[in-house]
Amino acid sequence: MSSPRGGSALAVAATVTDPEMPMLTLVDLGVLRDVVEEGERVTVTITPTYSGCPAMATMRDDLRHALLDAGYADVDVRISLSPAWSSDWITEGGRRKLSTHGLSAPGPAPTGPVTLTLTPLRRPIDCPRCGSADVELTSEFGPTACKALYRCRACLDPFEHVKEI
Amino acid sequence: MESHDLDLDHDSVYDGLLGDSSQQASQWAFGTDFEDPLAGVDTTIPAGVDGAALAAYCLMLGDDALIYAHRLSEWTSNAPDLEDDIALANIALDLLGQARLLLARAAAADPRVVPPLPDGSPIPPDDALAFFREEPAFRNVRMVEATNGDFAVTIARLLLFATHRLALLQRLTTSLDPVLSAIAAKGVKEVTYHRDYAGRWFVTLARGTEESRRRLVAGLRTVWPMYAELSRRCETEALAAEQAFGVDPGTLADEVDAVIEHVLATSGIERPDLPPSGTGPLGRSGHHTEAMGKLLAEMQVVARAHPMGKW
Repeated sequence: MSSPRGGSALAVAATVTDPEMPMLTLVDLGVLRDVVEEGERVTVTITPTYSGCPAMATMRDDLRHALLDAGYADVDVRISLSPAWSSDWITEGGRRKLSTHGLSAPGPAPTGPVTLTLTPLRRPIDCPRCGSADVELTSEFGPTACKALYRCRACLDPFEHVKEI
Repeated sequence: MESHDLDLDHDSVYDGLLGDSSQQASQWAFGTDFEDPLAGVDTTIPAGVDGAALAAYCLMLGDDALIYAHRLSEWTSNAPDLEDDIALANIALDLLGQARLLLARAAAADPRVVPPLPDGSPIPPDDALAFFREEPAFRNVRMVEATNGDFAVTIARLLLFATHRLALLQRLTTSLDPVLSAIAAKGVKEVTYHRDYAGRWFVTLARGTEESRRRLVAGLRTVWPMYAELSRRCETEALAAEQAFGVDPGTLADEVDAVIEHVLATSGIERPDLPPSGTGPLGRSGHHTEAMGKLLAEMQVVARAHPMGKW
């Protein structure tokens, strides 16, 4: 077990990946809000993407294990609810990784008054595999809370789009 | 044949659910195993707010989400197609997440609301509230406990519920309680998708075939009489509004109605002319329908059989 060096807790926490989208670190996803290091003690703050996100427990355990393995003696993982996570917090690097792995990155999150949309949302997105803009929404809900399902009409491949919230 | 020590690798694949001894409390299998969804959140009760009143209000809103989440999850593997199966399961998951936060907030505001469990039970307060309360202690509206009916009934109910809840959560973003305000701000983003989903299907069914329209009209008539309870102010809401951490649902009625009217007009469907079902004590005071007992029996049976969280 190596002993911790000052300021390295953030570097360790930044290596932990999202259990559902393992190409992204928690920093890429924008859910790692704060890392405070006091000697051998570390307090990490994360925020849920969605209220019911079942990955939170795994994130907490993964952060704890990574930091304990790095030599920290006491690791506390806390939740922050405010401000609520926005898909705008996914970093540029994170967006590139999503695309490289066949996922479509979110556009800008909606702002202003909440509107009712009775027609299918039209997002100006391209197929992450072939680049065609000829894509269709199959469902606003996907395999995880944060994704919608799409299909590319050009290459016929289905793909996932990380939703704007 | 090479001898094989079965004892070495016979361990159940489910052993991982219990984790190693230091992590055991975190691996409670009934919930999503984050023992406190408000871990590290400042749950101090703001000045001018009564903890018991805040707890009662959060329980009520949490119960709406919890019971409806359970109902909606019954569509899993039964929905008309795979996309809607996934959609309804996701909506249920969002509501379950809101329920956990609200029940945890209630427990932090007034620990007396949490039912007692055997000493040493690892069950966190939000799970204790969900799985170990008796039926009269639940404060959800009757509308969410009613059986799903067909897909048209489900869509009609979801439209009414999500429209009301979205308006409510938007108002709660300015709650005097910062925890409730944060839960609401998060919920607004989620329920926006729920309302859009229900609204689109409502229009699609209304303008689809003769059969889909017939079913939608019948579905709306089924849920409409129970819908009135959502905007009927109860004692808990009156107190919550008075102490500025909650909302009098009567003050949301016009806003909710305008959205429903828009969907009805787009769909070419008339507003049902039906009186509210029940004028006496309803779900908000713990008086539930027959459907509630069966729902709770199914939802709670595993947890109640294993109050120590092990089997």
